[in-house]
This record gives sequence, structure tokens and C-alpha cells, in this order.
Amino acid sequence: MSTAIQTQALALPTDTYLNSSHGIKSWFLTKDHKRIGILYLVSISLFFLFGGTMASMIRLELLTPAGDLFQSDTYNKLFTMHGIVMVFFFLVPSIPATLGNFVLPIMIGARDLAFPKINLASWYIFIIGAIFTFSAIISGGVDTGWTFYTPLSTQYLTTHVVAAATGIMIAGFASIFTGLNFIVTVHRMRAPGMTWFRLPLFVWSHYAVSVVMVLATPVLAITLILVALERGLHIGIFNPQLGGDPVLFQHMFWFYSHPAVYIMILPGFGVISEIIPCFARKRIFGYAAVAFSSIAIAVFGFLVWAHHMFIAGVSTYSALIFSFVTFLVAIPSAIKVFNWTATLYKGSIHFDTPMLYALAFIGLFTIGGLTGLFLAAVGVDVHVTATYFVVAHFHYVMVGGMLVAYLAGLHFWWPKMTGRMYPEAPAKLSALITFIGFNLTFFPQFVLGYMGMPRRYHVYPPEFQVLNVLSTAGASVLAVGLLMPMFYMLWSLKYGAIAGNNPYRATGLEWQTTSPPPTHNFHETPIVTQDAYDYESETEEVEVVG
Amino acid sequence: MSDSHVSTLPAARHHHDPALLEQFDTIEQQKDVSQLGMWVFLITEIMFFGGLFAAYLIYRNLYNPAFVFASKSIAISYGAINTAVLICSSLTMAMAVHSAALGARKLLILFLVATLALGGVFLGIKAVEYHDKYVEHHIPGPNFDFNYERAENHEEVAPADVAAQTSIFFALYFAMTGMHALHMIIGVGILLVLIWRAHHGAYPPHHYTMVENFGLYWHFVDIIWIFLFPLLYLVSRSPVH
Repeated sequence: MSTAIQTQALALPTDTYLNSSHGIKSWFLTKDHKRIGILYLVSISLFFLFGGTMASMIRLELLTPAGDLFQSDTYNKLFTMHGIVMVFFFLVPSIPATLGNFVLPIMIGARDLAFPKINLASWYIFIIGAIFTFSAIISGGVDTGWTFYTPLSTQYLTTHVVAAATGIMIAGFASIFTGLNFIVTVHRMRAPGMTWFRLPLFVWSHYAVSVVMVLATPVLAITLILVALERGLHIGIFNPQLGGDPVLFQHMFWFYSHPAVYIMILPGFGVISEIIPCFARKRIFGYAAVAFSSIAIAVFGFLVWAHHMFIAGVSTYSALIFSFVTFLVAIPSAIKVFNWTATLYKGSIHFDTPMLYALAFIGLFTIGGLTGLFLAAVGVDVHVTATYFVVAHFHYVMVGGMLVAYLAGLHFWWPKMTGRMYPEAPAKLSALITFIGFNLTFFPQFVLGYMGMPRRYHVYPPEFQVLNVLSTAGASVLAVGLLMPMFYMLWSLKYGAIAGNNPYRATGLEWQTTSPPPTHNFHETPIVTQDAYDYESETEEVEVVG
Repeated sequence: MSDSHVSTLPAARHHHDPALLEQFDTIEQQKDVSQLGMWVFLITEIMFFGGLFAAYLIYRNLYNPAFVFASKSIAISYGAINTAVLICSSLTMAMAVHSAALGARKLLILFLVATLALGGVFLGIKAVEYHDKYVEHHIPGPNFDFNYERAENHEEVAPADVAAQTSIFFALYFAMTGMHALHMIIGVGILLVLIWRAHHGAYPPHHYTMVENFGLYWHFVDIIWIFLFPLLYLVSRSPVH
């Protein structure tokens, strides 16, 4: 076996999804889930660069208390576009549409997703949605905030709300299609022997996220349609002057957008559950608990939306209930964190780049999650709502959690996707820089928020300046950490060491096929005979050999 | 390949059934997958309309008198006829699926055309209804006036505040029936494709999943109307207690 690996390591396989056909058409009309994953990867990387540029401009403006770089209107547009692009065009599709698309069918031993054409259509729909939203941005921008709150968005603003909302609605159908595809694929396309409880936890978390996508996204679609109708035809449904209720908009919006938070974080959990056992060389602790906690988070996620509205006039009793259910979300989240930690216990831990990111994830997500409990408590929430405390909280979950998990997964499966290794030394360095830069950017914002600095203002009292300077300094460090992978990953496409089928000696079907895999993933359909994460028996073998 | 045994592909792969897509092992799996996909899609549709139903529920509670006034002003005959038309179209659609299963191509085309015709009748009546609303100034917006010519027509005139609130009812009426009509129009479009393809023999008895899935969609759109009709036309006609 070892000689076989060594001979494979000398050259890339000849028959791969990358060289099975050539030309622009073979990419833009492909039905191969792996190529569609790459299409998504390229698009969301560009959107991430755009959203990141907006973020750096925001941080640059906040370097000084005075509004010296932008006018308030421009600043409003900057944070709106940052939010819209990052949430709807980066975070929501990030892991499911790229890594999920690429590895999920291989993990369950399928030749492709259940609906390859719908998968390709989802990418086109995503791009059409992006064209609408970016046309709104180019033709003057939107300044509603990413939440489109009524009646501000429907009655008062003259910016391009309808085009931006239409784009988001259209992009929503892309995520519905992805979710639908994953659900059917996991139910019906598993290889012989791949029972539900042998599925990698990445698949479980993607199943849970797909359920949320399918159930929540249509509500966003109808909500945004009503906003567009309200703006265009003045139907009055959210307009208090005509008897409409703007708070109903908030209910409908958060009915999607709170579950959307779990759309963004659940796939990250899946990635971490793959990486921790691999680099601790241990079976995951409490497989079933981790699997079901994903489902529990998906279910609870639908019952907590009004915790975004404690100051919007919801009744005391519903605030109590929503607060209580929000606290309950901590249980399945903590189950995951404790089980990952327990997996590390007495493991033989290897600090490769994906593992560095995964360990960063555990720490940052824990901070993000625990500060979420502060916000779940109605009394504290009233104090810190719409301050930088909230901004810091969700950036710890979205950037410290999801973006870090995405980078972890991207490094982990990069050799599978490209056949070549990323360079280890700069990758480790970038993981470290990202971790330091991230904490320097967002930790001061907890303090700022608690001291009462409101979000969405481009001027602030001078006593907040020191912490804001720290945060902006952190943002520039973070930018370096996030730009580095773009360069060395591209470099590795040509010059990276050839990875071989299984560079990390990981379990899982995706590591049994070639890197990069052939178009139909496997030359023979695999038959699964073992549970996931069977690392311990293999470790003994290695010790015997050594 | 240390962790798993290796098998050859199931024999069905080598039969080269032109209808079998390359990601599937058997035609049964392929059929099963597309039906499950359709059901999941219909669940998303339920959530889509669910947002509107929730809004209806909330505003009906807030503005009950206005909802009663507005609901009574809609011509019940149009709604009742359309309900009958849609139920008949569901029957013809079910017959179309049955004909496809039997391999009766002519009957399949006949029933699809009948479904198409009934769908067209529904949309035609809906258009007449919308036109009436326009004439009555019942379309929300700057020209909205619930009491427009009601006194002249010997209809009960609503108090001014209630009349203003009826605008919300009509906003929901147009949003809900409009979204429903949009689904009907999409359905009619797909029906045209189905008829054209059925004419060219595209749906043999072992491979008519497309017809079956479209049947599910058509019945779903029908069921949405079965909820819309009582909510918008009927439920407020009983005397107010």
C-alpha cells in the first residue's frame, strides 16, 4: 500500500474532472458537481474581496472620531453593501455551495448530486441575483442596512432598494436549489453500506442546513416581494399610514434571517467535525450527539427569531419565550464544542494548517456563542442592542466561526480539489495572522459596544477613539492574513507539491479516490463497511510499522 | 482502497437505457429521486405562501370589521365558479397521469389539453375579477376608494376609518391571488411544453415522471386556491357576532 501511494505521489492522475474536457463551454455548461463547486468558489471569492474592501473603508473612516473620509450617506451605503454582499453573496453560499458541492457527493459515494442540471441552474441564478444587486450598487448604492427595515426602506429612501432586494430574492432561489439537491442526494444517492450513522458529520450538518435553506428562504422571497410591491405600488402592507404594520416586516425578515445565521454556521460545524478527528488521529467523541445537535440547532433556529426585536415592541411574554428558546440553542452548540474538545483529549494532535484554523474556530466560536447568551437575556439586550457589542458578537460567529471554518475546509480539501498541496509554512503563518488580526479587530468592539458606542454611525465621541484605532489596526492585520491564502493558493495550482490521494491519512470516501477525482468520482462504486472516523485502528498499524 | 471493498457497477449501468441519467444506477432510483425532489420543492412553496397566510391572519385579527366589509364586496360567483373550474382541472390532470401510466398517448394529450383549457378559463375569470376591482377603485394605491359609488349602487357604505383599513385586505387579496395566478401562468407554460412533448411521444408508460411531477405541482396550486377561496371570499360572510 505504501509503495502504491509513493508511485501515485510522483505524478497527477491522468483521468480527472479537470482534464476530462476543455474549453470555456465545458465549464459554463458543466453538470459535474465538482466543476460547479469551483465556479461557486471563484465567484464568492470575488464577492468576498468586494465586501472586504467595503469593510476596510468602514474601518478607515472609524479611525478618527470626525467624519473625515466619507459623508454619512456614503457611509450608510458602505455598511449596507458590506452587509448585503457578505451575508447573501458570501456567507450563505460559502461552504455549502463550494466545499459541500465538491465533497458531499464523494463522501457518500455518489457519482454526482441527484439533480446536476438544477445544480448548474443554481449557480446561474446566483449570478443573475448578483447582477441585480451589483447593478443597484454601481448605479448609486443602497442605504437601508442589510436588513431592509420598513418603513425606512419602503417610504423614505430614494436609493435602489428594489433592484437590491430583487437580487437577494433571486439569489435565495439558488440556495433553495442547493438545499433541495442535498436533501434528495443524502436520502437517495448513498453508496451501498453507507447508512445514516456511517455518514460523515459534514454530511449531517449539510443535511440540517439544507432543511433550513428549504424552509426559511421562501419566506425571505415573499417578504422581499412585498417590500418591492410596497415601494412600487404603495399597497400599504408595511406602511403605518395605510394601516400596515412595519413590525410585521421584522417578524417575516427575521423568520428567514435568524435561521440564515444557522445556514451560515452549521456547515462550519461540519468542516470542524471532519478536521478535528483527522488531526487528533481519534474517532470523534459522541458521533450521534454531534449529528443530532446539528438537527436540534436547525429546529431551534426557527423558534428564536424575535430575539432580534426585543426593543421593537414585542410583548413581554413573547420576549420571555423567545429569550428562553434562544438560551436553549446554547445546549446543542455546547454539545458540539465539548465533543470536539473531548476528541482532542489524549489524541495525537498534528498542528497542520487546517487544524490551526479548526482550533481557532473552537475558541472564537465559543466567545461568539457565549456573548450570544448575553444578548439572549432581555435585560442585557435592551442595553446593548444596536451597539458595537452586537457587531462584535456576530462577527465572532460569522468571521471567527464561519470564515475560519471555510478557510479550514478550503485548506483541508484543497489537495483533493487541485491535486496539489498548499505551501505549509505561509499557510500556517496566515492562520496565525488571521487569528491575531481578527481578535484585535473585534475584541475592542465588545468593549466599545458595552460602553455605548452605537453601530452604523460614521462619527463618534472622542473617548472611543483608542479602541477604534486598535480595531482598525487589527483590521489591517486581518486583511493581510486573509489576502495571503489568495496568493499562495493560486501559486500552489502550478508549483504546489503533488498531494497523492490521501495526504492526511484521513478516513472518508473522498480520500479513497484520486486527487483530483475523476469525473464520476470513483472508478468503481465503493461499498462501505465501516463507521466514519475509524482513526484508532489505523494509528496502531502505523505504530507497528514505525 | 484499504477501507472498503470494491464492487463493479450494478448491471443496469450497462444496459444504456437512453432515459437513465448517468448519476443513477437504476430507472427506479431515478424516478424515486425526482419525485422526492418535487415534494421538497412543494414544501418550499408552502413556506412561500405561508408568509402571506401569516400576514392575512395578523391583519384579519387587527382589522376584523374592515375585512368583513371588504370580503363581502367581492363577487362570490366568480370565486365559486373558479373553484369548480380548478377542481375539474385537477381531475383532468389526474386522468392525464393515469393515461400516461396506461400508455394511452392520445388520451394523455386530450386530458392535458383539457387541463390547459380549464386553467385558461380560471385565469380569464380572474382577469375579469381584477378588472372589476379596477372599476370599483378597489386596487390599493393612490386611487383607492373603498366607498367609490357604493351609495349610488345601494351598497352599505363603510365608515371612513374602516374604509381606509380595507386597503390592507385588498393588498393581501392581490398579493395572494396574484402569486397564485403567477403559479397558474407558470403551470400553463409547462403544460404547453408537456403537450408538445407528449405529441412527440416523450412519455412512454415506463418513463412519465415529468407528467406525474407536474400533476403534483398542479394539484398543489389547486390546494392553495382551496385555502384562498374561503379565506378571501367566504369566511367573513357569516353575521358578525
